[in-house]
Amino acid sequence: MASQDDRPQSELRRRLLMGMAAAPLAGFLPKAAFAQTPPTSAVNTTGLAVTDTEVTVGILHSVTGTMAISETGSVQAEKLAIEQINASGGVLGRKIKFIQEDGASDWPTFAEKAKKLLVNDKCAAVMGCWTSASRKAVLPVFEQYNGMLYYPTFYEGLEQSKNVIYTGQEATQQIIAGLDWVVKEKGAKTFYLLGSDYIWPRTSNKIARKHIENFLKGTKVVGEEYFPLGHTQFNSVINKIKLTKPDVIYAIIVGGSNVAFYKQLKAAGIDMSKQTLVTISVTEDEIDGIGGDNIAGAYACMKYFQSLDNPNNKEFVAAFKKMWGDKTVIGDVTQAAYLGPWLWKLTVEKAGSFDVDKVAAASAGIEFNKAPEGYVKIHDNHHLWSKTRVGLAQKDGQFKVVYESPDLIEPNPFPKGYQ
Amino acid sequence: MKRAPTFMDRKDLLALATVAVILLIVFPALLDGFRLNLVGKYLTYAFVAVGLVLCWGYGGILSLGQGVFFALGGYGMAMYLKLEASSVENTKIQSTPGIPDFMDWNQITELPLFWQPFHSFPLTLILIVLAPALFAFVIGSAMFKRRVSGVYFAIITQALAAIATILIIGQQGYTGGVNGITDLRTLHGWDIRTDQAKFILYFVNAALLLGVVVAAMFVRDSKLGRILVAMRDKEDRVRFSGYSVANFQIFVFCLAGVFAAIGGAMFTLQVGFMSPSLVGIVPSIEMVIFTAVGGRLSILGAIYGTLAVNFAKTSLSESFPELWLLGLGGLFIAVVAVFPNGLAGLWRDYAQPFIDKALKLRSVDPADPGAEVAKQAAAAAE
Repeated sequence: MASQDDRPQSELRRRLLMGMAAAPLAGFLPKAAFAQTPPTSAVNTTGLAVTDTEVTVGILHSVTGTMAISETGSVQAEKLAIEQINASGGVLGRKIKFIQEDGASDWPTFAEKAKKLLVNDKCAAVMGCWTSASRKAVLPVFEQYNGMLYYPTFYEGLEQSKNVIYTGQEATQQIIAGLDWVVKEKGAKTFYLLGSDYIWPRTSNKIARKHIENFLKGTKVVGEEYFPLGHTQFNSVINKIKLTKPDVIYAIIVGGSNVAFYKQLKAAGIDMSKQTLVTISVTEDEIDGIGGDNIAGAYACMKYFQSLDNPNNKEFVAAFKKMWGDKTVIGDVTQAAYLGPWLWKLTVEKAGSFDVDKVAAASAGIEFNKAPEGYVKIHDNHHLWSKTRVGLAQKDGQFKVVYESPDLIEPNPFPKGYQ
Repeated sequence: MKRAPTFMDRKDLLALATVAVILLIVFPALLDGFRLNLVGKYLTYAFVAVGLVLCWGYGGILSLGQGVFFALGGYGMAMYLKLEASSVENTKIQSTPGIPDFMDWNQITELPLFWQPFHSFPLTLILIVLAPALFAFVIGSAMFKRRVSGVYFAIITQALAAIATILIIGQQGYTGGVNGITDLRTLHGWDIRTDQAKFILYFVNAALLLGVVVAAMFVRDSKLGRILVAMRDKEDRVRFSGYSVANFQIFVFCLAGVFAAIGGAMFTLQVGFMSPSLVGIVPSIEMVIFTAVGGRLSILGAIYGTLAVNFAKTSLSESFPELWLLGLGGLFIAVVAVFPNGLAGLWRDYAQPFIDKALKLRSVDPADPGAEVAKQAAAAAE
């Protein structure tokens, strides 16, 4: 009796369960089939380069000149993301076609090419720029012609625009949690701040100094020095460091100078297993030039390392190497560049339109679960919520992650108390 | 070339008219707003190239530091525009409202003294001309009075370009550093970012360039121009003839500097920012290359050379973003190896005799005088 009673019940339950499982699918299918090809006139009311089958975006980085070394990774990541998006059906049923322009490490050229991409090519979005200077040069162009820029580099903050999504960290996201960690973990009391002489290192060191002096207890800055871009003689500052014996060397040296700096540190007998060095400017890409032996033992504060252990990242690294070769390395910015096309796709689909105004308005709150760095979300201020991670440089040029902030850190490009 | 040149002879007038037609009619008619603005940007370099024709081609003074003068003009204009864009209400989120944003980022709380004159538009215009002239005068006096010339002068000007870059980048609180002075909006209340403004600025720029060309031709064809050539070819003989060589050198160097500064100011207006990437050694040498490609003895050749090189640069970089620098390098080698007198040399050796012949035939048919102008224009445009 009981069994007879049971059977219809269980059958009912099974059917119900099946129905419930199918319900969202059934609801989704016709909608998805409809969403495949919304008419162009509906998704593009501002004359962007969108056809029934294609949508054009721009890639604007330096592939020649001094910045080419850094920006090549970003170009590769963006092309990979575009290819993956196209393989999975494109955006609103349209394949992404990209037009690549070379900024040639020259800021007026960046402005010229940005204008070309927006005015002549009518790109729906542009993935691009690396240095702050190039971003500053193109920003008025994007604002004037109402374009959409996805900017990948960690940068100094102090900026927010309707027309830009900042997929890298603004300065506080990279600095504060890292300083807290080094004070707690290493018991650091004294800091020596170094940097290349331009806006990003200066602003970053200013934030670091304010945090050290005003927010941490019993800590102080014992020196702060800047070097022109491309500087290669660090012996005098290394001598000063030897005399002042700071607990932490905080280095924001960029580009080719890094190679000289770390080699000369090593030659001067500064042993990184005893002297703590924290940098926010060295990723796997830079170590390629510096040499793992010269920098092993230093700590870097980033949001992403190639060695991150999560399924998204394993998939990303494998796909990247398959496309661009086994020898390529992936740094923080490269990963942030990879986010650009994906975030744009998600935003366009949420907005149901390629129109820049609608995309800009729909950006806040966009979530991306498949990011190699883990879950990310776009803040109202067009920056990303992201974690801070500290990596210990290894001899093989990779980082071992030694700390990860428990929560996502809120982006705050105009930090109060740090200006 | 046997008789003394006269200012604005028939040939000059014809060539100048051709350039004017190309700049003022052909380009605006054929190009869209974006390309026209690009041409406007290239033409600002032509100011420098025209100055170099006088200074280097005729005076024999090779300056590898013209970027410095370009910067003096460009930054002068940029400072004025920046101050106008940094009104108190535009900058109220800063800790010190009313000063340019980059100063605020560098903890500067008060507008530096040397920025003060740039509140005034007339003063800015005066300084754009006066500052480079004064600077060139100081440098020129220091060099030429001590009879520094030739390669040594070139090296020193190159060092100046390097120093200027380092100074601008190093003093970022006062200069905007490596980012330059960006986000410029209005000129005396007139929005320079609109397409219409860009269109008007193009014509202002082209007209100024033609003015500079006429001034350069005047200098070339005057007695002064002949002294310059004599100086270039035999400096000592000129000196023994009782001329003060140094004063002439200083003059032509100042003049080239002022031309470059006018170009710089127009660059800022049309491109919308000024940065140290226009100041250093590489852009300074590029400007010499424009002159060389055009033919260093040809004032109008400088314009054609500048346009040709920059067109090549833009189109190569659009078509082959990863290879274009190689192509450009090849082009320069070809210019130096195959036609050392530049486009003007090619024109003189191949096109001019042909046209002269045609003109002789044409003189039988005086009914159609406009045809030769059109013909020259077409040939020159190629």
